[in-house]
Amino acid sequence: MGQMELGNTMVDVNDEGYLTDASQWNKDVANAIAKEIGIELTDKHFEVLEYLRQKHTEGEVLTIRKVGKSGIVDIKGLYKLFPGGPLKYSSKIAGIPKPASCV
Amino acid sequence: MKKIVILGGGTAGTMMSNKLRNALRREEWDITVVDKHKTHYYQPGFLFIPFGIYNERDVKKPKSSFFPAGVNVMYTGVDKIEPENKKVLLDGGKILYYDFLIIATGTQTKPEETPGLKEELWYKDIFDFYTIEGALALQKHFKSWQGGKLVMAISEIPYKCPVAPLEFVFLAEEFFTKKGIRDKVDITIVTPMAGVFTKPIATKMLSDLLVEKNINVVADFYIEKIDNEKKALVSYDEREVLFDTLTIVPVNMGDEMVERSGLGDDLNFVFTDKHTLRHRDHENIFVLGDAANIPTSKAGSVAHFASEILFDNLMNAIEGRPLIASFDGHANCYIETGYGKGALIDFNYETEPLPGTFPLPGIGPFGLLKNTKINHYGKIMFRWIYWHMLLRGKALPVEADMTMAGKKRVTF
Repeated sequence: MGQMELGNTMVDVNDEGYLTDASQWNKDVANAIAKEIGIELTDKHFEVLEYLRQKHTEGEVLTIRKVGKSGIVDIKGLYKLFPGGPLKYSSKIAGIPKPASCV
Repeated sequence: MKKIVILGGGTAGTMMSNKLRNALRREEWDITVVDKHKTHYYQPGFLFIPFGIYNERDVKKPKSSFFPAGVNVMYTGVDKIEPENKKVLLDGGKILYYDFLIIATGTQTKPEETPGLKEELWYKDIFDFYTIEGALALQKHFKSWQGGKLVMAISEIPYKCPVAPLEFVFLAEEFFTKKGIRDKVDITIVTPMAGVFTKPIATKMLSDLLVEKNINVVADFYIEKIDNEKKALVSYDEREVLFDTLTIVPVNMGDEMVERSGLGDDLNFVFTDKHTLRHRDHENIFVLGDAANIPTSKAGSVAHFASEILFDNLMNAIEGRPLIASFDGHANCYIETGYGKGALIDFNYETEPLPGTFPLPGIGPFGLLKNTKINHYGKIMFRWIYWHMLLRGKALPVEADMTMAGKKRVTF
């Protein structure tokens, strides 16, 4: 737990660098996190991020499958946008919690 | 006569039918349970079947033994719910009207959601242990299996009993060691998550077990399809994991009736207020157990704790009070780790599994996040508690709300 400056904004983050308060998020924060991961954000990325944030606010559990059915991008496309771990990276950049199991 | 209809006579629906029949006067309230199946399976026991520890007779009883007198039971499928008319359309055209409806239709495995899964290798080299058929087929397979690559894979989240795949690999490790062929069995667990453990404290306390037992982990692996010819799992980012025997948790989805009724999300889990347990959009509908889309584990313990909150809120609704009972997401799960030992986790929406002790009058305390023999006995004893107390809606000496008593806040 701690604070760090991302894209000129002070944000609260956990040990893995995920925002602990989704309301502190803005596009500059997103760009800064994405840069650390090695992703250059495009409009398509932001469409996905906004979708994730909306579903998170509505209290839904997010899955790769759900994003794939969102009409924004299919699963292969999501992997191209966020290679390696599409949901964990997109969640991190969207300022919402890391997808987690119970243990 | 006022009417309560419960859809689903599994763990959740059976518990509710008992609680409600005890509390509501028969002259005033008519209670009906609808379920298409007549057999009640003790599903936590499925895990033990592949290793010959339990057999079919240990996990099955007729559902009718557990419904209380004075409840109507209809063994039929549900076509759809019409919330605006407060009615349920059953298969065959029958109609049930309700004042309050409880959806407890659970979750099901959907192997057909993954291309290549339910094809020529299904129940030959590919198995699930979430159905009685799959667990028994795997038991038979293991009797003559000479070793090779054993892969335990998770297709999608959420799925029922999140710790079961982990328990499976621990028990497999013991099983093949005792059989004398552990050196010929390569065990791998494959998960779409970032790791087998995702919560920081549980990761620190339990991940050594995987190393000790020489179990490989492949993380961030999201299955696109099964290549039957190559005997490989293929991920969306084109990685492959080869197997000789594959045990898989297929994609889990809620009942198709939920989709036909337009009451749930893309996986047919019902939109549910995570605190009141009422449907997000319909004030006469409540949701209990695996059917709900609440962000906690799909597990019997959750259904049990939630049933107490749901009961209170249904009474509040019946008597015109606000729904003041609030579910905290409490779950309590044993994790079998092999060799007669087990770990225990206890958590809720806000608090991750913590170490310490779990108080249980008369039996405990159990060790939290610790690998002990008493935890294993707890799991074995639980089957008796399940049949004789839990399903019948009797009070257990465990609070619905998670307690911090015995837990230790730790930092690493």
